[in-house]
Amino acid sequence: MNYAFDYGWLLEYWPVLLKGLAITVELTLVGGVFGVALGVACAWARALGPKWLRPIVTTYVEMIRNTPFLIQLFFIFFGLPSLGVRLGELEAANLAMIINLGAYGCEIVRAGIQATPKGQFEAGASLGMSRIQTFWYVVLIPALQRIWPALSSQIVIVMLGSAAVSQIAAEDLTFAANFIQSRTFRAFEAYFVSTAIYLALAIALRQMLRGLGWSLFPKRSGR
Amino acid sequence: MNRRTLLSCLAGALTIAAIQAPLPASADALATIEANKVIRIAVPQDFPPFGSVGVDMAPKGYDVDVAKLIADKLGVKLELVPVTSANRIPYLQTNKVDLVISSLGKNAEREKVIDFSIAYAPFFNGVFAPADVAVKEIKDLDGKTIGVTRGAVEDLELTKIAPASVTIKRYEDNNGTISAFLSGQVELIATGNVVAAAILERNPPKRPEIKFLIKNSPCFIGLNKNEPALLEKVNAIITSAKADGALNAISEKWLGAKLPAEL
Repeated sequence: MNYAFDYGWLLEYWPVLLKGLAITVELTLVGGVFGVALGVACAWARALGPKWLRPIVTTYVEMIRNTPFLIQLFFIFFGLPSLGVRLGELEAANLAMIINLGAYGCEIVRAGIQATPKGQFEAGASLGMSRIQTFWYVVLIPALQRIWPALSSQIVIVMLGSAAVSQIAAEDLTFAANFIQSRTFRAFEAYFVSTAIYLALAIALRQMLRGLGWSLFPKRSGR
Repeated sequence: MNRRTLLSCLAGALTIAAIQAPLPASADALATIEANKVIRIAVPQDFPPFGSVGVDMAPKGYDVDVAKLIADKLGVKLELVPVTSANRIPYLQTNKVDLVISSLGKNAEREKVIDFSIAYAPFFNGVFAPADVAVKEIKDLDGKTIGVTRGAVEDLELTKIAPASVTIKRYEDNNGTISAFLSGQVELIATGNVVAAAILERNPPKRPEIKFLIKNSPCFIGLNKNEPALLEKVNAIITSAKADGALNAISEKWLGAKLPAEL
């Protein structure tokens, strides 16, 4: 092997990487928060919601879970303008990540909800709780606690999947790596550095979600 | 060093010298063409719209039509020789063809080994947009968003010359850039005239028209050095084809645009 490694470009290009990192973090935060919210709403609709709503949500979930993320992204960015809906690349990327996580999150949260024993609903009712209170305290929070590790993994997967948004010229971390690679022809170094950043980001995100789980479900976390 | 090694070295040196020496060109290429009643022309086979192979296996394209035009005007039979961009000049130097019409650009290195006719085809990078976009020069891009294929020559040039207020959206490949333009995600694109021609071929609602050039490197016909008669004849044919609209028709047919005035 006589390849001379050269990281000199870092001096010139670190702002590009930093900007890419910021965009990836932004996409993950927005996608994560709204995606989980959408997932919880859909899980409620599929498990406990009104009969007419269930097939609609099921269609959405199955459509998203059975098509590639990249195609969903292209559809939103390149396809929707034909219908008069023109989103910028960041809005399109955010939207795609939210609906993607929403669908996967729905199935994860639904599993948690459906694992709730029927007696727990009845216990809530017998304590004089309203239906909303029962859902919130008796069903949803224990359900979220049960599936929190699975949901955390899904959020990390979506964060890593956000690499695809570079394809619609959203300037995320992958775009930065590609950009640097095409300007410096230092493929190994550019992708090595971006790999390291993704790895650090994934580890940090997982730790953050674990901490969030502890603070959200304090009493039961000593399981 | 024994005698055998010495001999083989000598033989090797002679072979190299023979390869290096210019092949003795026939007395006058034009006279040979006219005597044989056939002209051999190198055309591309893998570079649409300049030269490709149609479904009927016949070569077609801008370069092929220009080759036909020249054979017609010379009144001789045309023999097309498909070449790649790597072997088109060697084919000429080894006298396998009389002319190279293969979207050949001119540069100093090539000018050392072959001669060039006057330009016969436009080849440039530029900024394209629909007719109603008022952009005439780089300054007019101020505050606008422009799509480009990441890492392409036009990306590098535009990054250098564009004012800071221009937002450059860099797509992964030409298809991304084309899709962004057609879906209206970007109003302007910087690309090559061949890519613009590929868009026009699909007859889209948005028609990319050239606004200004970024880099111009038109195509020339290549021929061997020291062939003044052939060079003069080829130049005369191109000049008259420019004047009578024949070349413009070829440009409209394959590039979807008029021949630029400066050509």
